[in-house]
Amino acid sequence: MRIVVLVKYVPDINADRRFEDCRVVRSPGEGTLNELDENALEAALRIVDSLDDDARAAAEVVALTLAPEQGDLALRKAYQMGVDRGVRVTDDALAGSDYAGTAAALAAAVRRLEADGPVDLVVTGMAALDGLGSVVPALVATELGRPALTFAKKVALADGVLEVVRETDEATETLTAPLPAVLSVADTANTPRMPNFKLIMAARTKTIEAWSLADVGLDAGLVGDAGARTATTHAAPRPAKPEVELVQDKGEGGKALAEFLLRHDLV
Amino acid sequence: MTNRTVLVLLDPAGEVRSSILELLTIGRALGRVEAVTLESPSVEALAQLGAHGVETVHQAELPADLRGDARHLSGVVAATLAAAVRRTDADVVLAPSTFAAKEAVALAGQALGAGVVIDAAGVSEDEQGRIVGTKRVFAGSWDTTSVVTTDVALLTVRANTVVPKPADAAVATEVEGFAVSVDAPLPTVTQRVPVVRDAARPTLEEAATVIAGGRGTGGDFGPVEDLADALGAAVGASRDAVFEGWFDRYVGQTGVTVAPRLYIGAGISGAPHHRGGMQASQVIVAVNSDPEAPIFEICDFAVVGDLADVLPQAAEVIRAHKAAR
Repeated sequence: MRIVVLVKYVPDINADRRFEDCRVVRSPGEGTLNELDENALEAALRIVDSLDDDARAAAEVVALTLAPEQGDLALRKAYQMGVDRGVRVTDDALAGSDYAGTAAALAAAVRRLEADGPVDLVVTGMAALDGLGSVVPALVATELGRPALTFAKKVALADGVLEVVRETDEATETLTAPLPAVLSVADTANTPRMPNFKLIMAARTKTIEAWSLADVGLDAGLVGDAGARTATTHAAPRPAKPEVELVQDKGEGGKALAEFLLRHDLV
Repeated sequence: MTNRTVLVLLDPAGEVRSSILELLTIGRALGRVEAVTLESPSVEALAQLGAHGVETVHQAELPADLRGDARHLSGVVAATLAAAVRRTDADVVLAPSTFAAKEAVALAGQALGAGVVIDAAGVSEDEQGRIVGTKRVFAGSWDTTSVVTTDVALLTVRANTVVPKPADAAVATEVEGFAVSVDAPLPTVTQRVPVVRDAARPTLEEAATVIAGGRGTGGDFGPVEDLADALGAAVGASRDAVFEGWFDRYVGQTGVTVAPRLYIGAGISGAPHHRGGMQASQVIVAVNSDPEAPIFEICDFAVVGDLADVLPQAAEVIRAHKAAR
């Protein structure tokens, strides 16, 4: 069993997230592993944990990211959770990639990993907390020609068939597909494990492989600004709200609330 | 107004919800609006589409094995949208910003080699006639503008972006079938249980007013529902409250993202996750007994107090006001 977990290095949602020249600022020290990717790592590690001893010994979980060098921080966290291998695709040509370019580059890196043996499963989080598009997992699946089982809140693998339960806006669905497949997990799927001390120490010195676009065999014209089909032309912070009108409830708080709503024609 | 063709995704096709009426309103400002479905629209839906200026509904004729529950899979919806664009030579595709529609739109864009904007909070055109999507990102703290640089533009649009308006004149709506083949590998849908909607309340995604309850409710959503009834609001929860099993759907950047006219947070501290899902709301009101709750930093009006006292009192005043109208 070989599983590739796609992880992303994103600005910490508690930090001051911002744009410069219409690009998201990804300064070292304010970036982190996308929190929702911890659910993806957990799902992958649980699948491996559920294998019998021989299969587990032969299994490999690879954490893969598209990022500049500081993206190593995301891969170190993946190592702390227990992955076997960390790979970073770094190339100046990737800057400005849209959803399609991002998916093309990730899929190319998965295909490159397949040069050493088949990849049975690609796992992702349900969204990246910077862009929140939630569409890259499905795009990667199409690039790889594999079925996508997305937004899973329950994951089970038996006899090479993946089964997920998910809640969409319209329905609760059970989906199945034989491996190889692409899986994205919701934040309700599991509780990510805490890294143990041994893994934290080991993660510091683990090797991180760095690949360029040429290494993964992708034409630079398909990604980054060159391949993008949309362009961000403007980014500005929204004006600050006026000072909050704060009422201490001394028995009339509900009345004050209703009056505020009526005064602003919100009823 | 130009001679553009704008396709609006209608899935499911049993009713035309307010988010779809918004898309039709946006679409009419950009060109001629047509609808795309994967099943027969209901009689009511056709009447509403006609009132909103839709002369043609393009209904996918799917292979037999995809006519059941599988027709809602994003790969199937994407193939339908891509085929509809090719058939009509459409310039723009609009869909609501649900997780399913977002995937379908992105996949259709991939098939067509066209630019995609997800979660637009506004759609317009620039001086060169290119389609432009505005977005609210980073928990609603930044506004960005993205221009689509391909001939075809596909966008998912958040609810409450515009006030839906019917067309100046109603039209007769024709349904035209068109064949769709799907070659992407798909999962099998072994079970599908549709969400039963509460007819008495608007949906969280579409409501103009949203009230969400958090840890401060202690599990009792009675006061929250009471005020929601008085205001005709949708009810949601914080992620914590859902994880506690107190409520079923949460407002947050990974739950339902809302941007209503009015958002009321009751007993919600305003953790970054939750703020990411509601901070783009036009007016934010909070009720919390903790004067240090971070949500107070981002709201317009706040009451420091016990929500079990404050909410019913507010509901009573609002009911009295409505009765007097």
